[in-house]
Amino acid sequence: MTLLKEFILPRFAQWLIVIFVGVTLTFIIPRLSPVNPVNEALARMQMYQNIDPEAVQAMRETLLDLYGLEGSVLEQYVNFWKRVLQGDLGPSLASFPMSVNQLIGVSIGWTIGLLGTSILIAWTLGMTLGSLAGYYPNRWWSEGLEKSLITVYPVPYYILAFVLLMAFTFYLPIFPLIGGARGTAALTWEYITSVLHHGFLPALSIVIGATAHRFIMAKALTTTEKSSDYVQYAQMAALPQRKILFYYVTRNTLLPQVTDLSLSLGALFGGALIAEFVFGYPGIGMTMYTAINNGDYNAIMGVTLLSIVGIATASLLIDLIYPLIDPRVRYR
Amino acid sequence: MANDVLRATIRDLFRFSLSFRFGSIILMIVGVLLLLSFFSPFESDDRRVVPRNKPPSQEFILGTTGTGQDGFWLLTFAIRNTLMVSGVAVLIGRSIAVMVGMLTGYLGGKTDRVISSIVDSIIVIPRLPLLILIAAILQGEMTVLSLALLLGILDWAHPSKRYRAMILSLREREFTHTAIFSGMNAVKVVVQEHLPFLIPLLLADAVAGFLWAIGMEVTLSVLGLSDLSAPSIGTLIFWGNYHHALLRRRVWILAAPIAASVLMVVGFYLVSLSLSEYLDPRTRLSRLTVGEQIDGGKAG
Repeated sequence: MTLLKEFILPRFAQWLIVIFVGVTLTFIIPRLSPVNPVNEALARMQMYQNIDPEAVQAMRETLLDLYGLEGSVLEQYVNFWKRVLQGDLGPSLASFPMSVNQLIGVSIGWTIGLLGTSILIAWTLGMTLGSLAGYYPNRWWSEGLEKSLITVYPVPYYILAFVLLMAFTFYLPIFPLIGGARGTAALTWEYITSVLHHGFLPALSIVIGATAHRFIMAKALTTTEKSSDYVQYAQMAALPQRKILFYYVTRNTLLPQVTDLSLSLGALFGGALIAEFVFGYPGIGMTMYTAINNGDYNAIMGVTLLSIVGIATASLLIDLIYPLIDPRVRYR
Repeated sequence: MANDVLRATIRDLFRFSLSFRFGSIILMIVGVLLLLSFFSPFESDDRRVVPRNKPPSQEFILGTTGTGQDGFWLLTFAIRNTLMVSGVAVLIGRSIAVMVGMLTGYLGGKTDRVISSIVDSIIVIPRLPLLILIAAILQGEMTVLSLALLLGILDWAHPSKRYRAMILSLREREFTHTAIFSGMNAVKVVVQEHLPFLIPLLLADAVAGFLWAIGMEVTLSVLGLSDLSAPSIGTLIFWGNYHHALLRRRVWILAAPIAASVLMVVGFYLVSLSLSEYLDPRTRLSRLTVGEQIDGGKAG
């Protein structure tokens, strides 16, 4: 019982607070925007035809009602939570007949495919290379690797992605400039290769950035761990080096790395906004960007809600399974 | 005395740390470029003062832009603005972080728990969408200074946790009790006794803060969400893309800001790397056998 009361409940409460604060903030901020979505929608409709002013007024009321923008801000807020708890994110304000649920449903698959794959590849690559470089710090390859990754790591992601874009779609046009795939979705060889072809460059940019980060962290952790007594003992016992590194040293550095991995997998639902913007990839980050530009409150709220819940849940899960991964961690 | 310590530290770093040597040289180059902006023959918003769209040559070493501005002098203005934005952002962010960190760390108990859980919630909120959202709302009214303010306000949660941890450990030390028993109030204890211990950490942290701020400046400007009339690394790239510099084979317009941004962040990163290595007690132990300047510095 004390475990539940002193360990699980406070963390669960924290999870609720995080989501509440985050959602409230994202509820308030778009409402400070000068872009009025109802006026925008009416303007779009009136662009090609003249509509009777009374009809416009009627439409305005309908739209306000539909968008959940009638009543005071407080009422909107209460209504908003009611809807969210039923799993309904409301209609999209900019691409109207679509609901936000549909909008997210269309784009989330792209993001999960692109980002999930690249995060996993980068994590594995960075862990392996970083551990090796930390264990053999004076080899030529580890020094070369470290120097180049230290140069890549601080470079703003946009710059990295943009340089790749310049190099491989313009000077050496082997990859397509925008889009997620060609043709209609089907389980054909053609479609699948087209998905891989389109996704390669954005994935590469994410992998490079994330690998550099993981490498630096893994190398630092391995260097510290390597000076432990048990490593020296294992070396004196003439255990194979590979076994010492991957079975002892790396396992001991795993805890913060697993934390990071699950946090970045939790952040996946926010999408890779810049990557998707640069490479014109139809993922959830792009949905967010379009929504912000169109003053589409509901879509902004929907994506933000998803990403906050994603990351908060990821950190809750890590907190809860920490003692299972590492028996040294004990909660007071 | 404090000056001597600083000088000895920098001399040590320069002598023993390769990354500090490289980093500080790079930053010096960036600094010279920044200072040159004050001697520019043109104002940053002078248009059509030189022939348009000329590739790099002896006369215009970084070429000229489509608006008839000299690429090199424009770049010096861009570096100045970008560094100003990130500098102000770092200053604001670290000030908030220090205050929050010291408050929660020193007071502890209920105040600490409440503020800490708020900080934890803020950390989880994805910052880039939030920034884009706010920037989109302020679109048109964004100035260089308001961008700096915005970045600063969003970059304090993580560092404040580090400072809190530091203060937490300092609070249990002997001298804190001595200070309290001799009648110092909480503010005085924290500011006079604890803050000096925080300064090295703060320094390494501030340098790292530049990385984030520069990256965000570039990102927001490229999305067209900052003050596009002021030259900065990001806005130079934005206008380059806007005028299709790539398709028209005018790559120098884009290459200059890209190279400058890489130079800047690598310089800052190398310096922050060497500083945090220097502050790490484990490497310090092995260094103590090398020279006793640091030892003397610590005693002073």
